[in-house]
Amino acid sequence: MNRSRRLKLRIFRTVVLLLMGAFFLLPIGAMVEFSTRGNSVISPRTLDAWVLIAQTPGLVKGIVTSLQLAVITSLGMLVLLLPTMVWVRLRLPQISRIVEFICLLPLTVPAIALVVGLKPLYIWININVTPSVLALAFAYLILVLPYSYRSLDAGLAAIDLKTLSEAARSLGAGWITVMWRIVIPNMPSAILNAGLLSVALVLGEYTVASLLNFQNLQVEVAYVGLTNAPTSTAVAVGALVLAFVLLMVLTLVGGRLQQHNYIPGQRA
Amino acid sequence: MAVETTRGHAGVEVRLEELSRRYGPVVALNELNLTLAPGELVALLGPSGCGKTTALRLVAGLEESNGGRVVFGGKDVTGLPASKRDVGMVFQAYSLFPHMTAMENVGFGLTLRRKTADERRRRAGEMLELVGLSGFADRYASQLSGGQQQRVALARALAIEPTVLLLDEPLSALDAKVRSRLRDEIRRVQLEIGITTLFVTHDQEEALAIADRVGVMQSGHLEQLGPPTEIYARPATPFVAEFVGLTNRLPGEVKNGVVEVRGTRLPLVQPDAPHGPAIALVRPEAVSLSTDGAMSDGPLVGTVIAVAFLGATSRVTVDLGDVRVIAQMPTSTAASTPAGTRVRLDLRNDPVLIAREEKASVDA
Repeated sequence: MNRSRRLKLRIFRTVVLLLMGAFFLLPIGAMVEFSTRGNSVISPRTLDAWVLIAQTPGLVKGIVTSLQLAVITSLGMLVLLLPTMVWVRLRLPQISRIVEFICLLPLTVPAIALVVGLKPLYIWININVTPSVLALAFAYLILVLPYSYRSLDAGLAAIDLKTLSEAARSLGAGWITVMWRIVIPNMPSAILNAGLLSVALVLGEYTVASLLNFQNLQVEVAYVGLTNAPTSTAVAVGALVLAFVLLMVLTLVGGRLQQHNYIPGQRA
Repeated sequence: MAVETTRGHAGVEVRLEELSRRYGPVVALNELNLTLAPGELVALLGPSGCGKTTALRLVAGLEESNGGRVVFGGKDVTGLPASKRDVGMVFQAYSLFPHMTAMENVGFGLTLRRKTADERRRRAGEMLELVGLSGFADRYASQLSGGQQQRVALARALAIEPTVLLLDEPLSALDAKVRSRLRDEIRRVQLEIGITTLFVTHDQEEALAIADRVGVMQSGHLEQLGPPTEIYARPATPFVAEFVGLTNRLPGEVKNGVVEVRGTRLPLVQPDAPHGPAIALVRPEAVSLSTDGAMSDGPLVGTVIAVAFLGATSRVTVDLGDVRVIAQMPTSTAASTPAGTRVRLDLRNDPVLIAREEKASVDA
C-alpha cells in the first residue's frame, strides 16, 4: 500500500471515528447538560438533580433491583446455557441447529407478545411462589438468550472442546470438573461478553417490567421523569456510565486473561 | 507372556472380548478380540474407517460399546466411565490445556487424585524430564512446538501412572523428522516404564517400527495380528499384503499348489487354493533385474521407465507392456539400470498370496 493511500485511509478512519463519537456522545452530553441545568437558562450549573437520586427512595430501590436482576440473570444464563451448549456440541451435535433456533427465537418475538404469553405464568408465580420483582429474572433469561448464545457459541468454536474434554476425562475429571477447570478458563472473553450483554440488557429493560407491573430501574426512571425530568435524566446517564465502566472493566479483564493463555507468535 | 522392560516391571494384561460398536446401520467394530500382554505395545493399523480408533476409544471409555467386554488385569471395566478407567491417553489433536503451563498440565491428573503440591511438582518434574522437557515446565502450550506439545501430553498421560497407555495417532500432525524422533522416544519411554500400550495409526512404517505386535484392521475386524516381521513377510490375507508395504499384482494361473506368473512358477502361501486364474501378490524386494544376455522379447523382459531414489534403496519401475512391475534394490544396483534400459525380471521363489480380482497393477 502506498503512502498517499495509507494517509487517505487514516483520514477516513479518523472521520468515521469522530462521526460515530459525535453520534454517541452528543446525546449523552445533552443529557448531562440538561441534568445539571439550573431552574433557568441563566442559573449556574447545579448537581441538585444528581443529589436527588439518593434522596428518591423509588430510584435507589430501582437501581438495587436492576443490579440484582442483572447478577441473577447473568449467572442464571451461564448456569443454564453453557452446560447445555457444551453437552449439545459434544453429545448431540445433530440438534445444535434446533437449540440455536430456540435461543435466537426471542429476537423475533415482540416484548408485548412475550408479556402476553408470560402474564398467566407470572400470576401463578405471584400467588404460589413469590411476588418478588426478582422473578423478572425468568423473563430476562429469555430476553438475553440470543445475545448470550452468540457470544458463548463463538467462544466454544474457538477451542477444541471435544479433545480438551476427553483429555480431561481420561485423566480422571468428571463433567463438573471439565466445565469448571477446563471449559470456563479457556473461554473467559466469551463468558464475560455474554455476562456483559446480559447486564446491559437488564439495566436498560423497561417494557417487560412495566407491562408486568414490576418496578425496576427504568420503570422508576420513567416514573420520576413525569415529575422531575432532570433527576430522571441523571439516572439514565448514570446507568449508561455504569454499563460503559462495566464494559471497560470486563474488556480489560478479558483481554488480560486471554493474553495469559495465548501468546501468539511465540514458539519454542 | 509379559514383555520385558528396562525397569524390570510389567504392566497389566488388557483384553478386548467380542467388542462391538455400531453407528446406526454402520458396523464400526465387529466382535473384536484382542489381548495385549503385560507391558506389550500393540499397534492397530488400518485405513480410515477400519475401526481402529473406535476400538481405542472403547478401551478409553470415551464411547460405549454395543457388546463385548474390556478387561484390564482381570477386572471388567466395560461399564466404567472414562474418568474411572485409569488410562493415560495421547490424542491426535494437540490436547494440552491452553490456560495451563506444561508443569500444570502434567500435574492436572495428580490434582484430581488429591496429591499434595509437593508430590505433584516432583512427579510432574520427573515426567517432564523423562520426555526431555524439564526446561520447558513454565511454558504454555502456545509457546511449545507441535512435537513438544505431544511430548508434554505423553508426560501428562504417564504422570497418573495409568494401567494402560492409549496413543491415538499422536504423531500424525507432526512433520516427518519430528515424527520419527518422537516415535523412537515413545518406544523408549514405553519400554522404560513397562506400561501396556495400544497404539493406533494409519502409518504402516510407524506401526512396524515400534510395535511388539501389529494388528491390521479392515471393516471393523482384525485381518491379522502378529509381530511386524510376520505381518510384512507372511501376510495372512491379500488385504494385509496390499496394505502393508508395496505389492506388485501380477496375473497368473494357479495349478497344483503353485501359481505360474509369466512363465515363472511361484509357491503359494495356501497351496490348496483352487485352480484357475488369479493375481499373484509379489513384494518389490522379491523382484530383481538383470541386464546380461540377450534382451529379446519374453514374458519377463521390459523397459525401465522410472527410478525412484529412496536413500539406501531405490525403486525401479519396469514396463512389461501389459503390466508394470516395481523392483526394490540397493541404490548402487539400481544405478546400473537407468530409465530406458532393457531388463529381465527374476521373481524370487518366495511363497506368495493370491487375489482373485481381475485387475493387474501395482498398489502402494
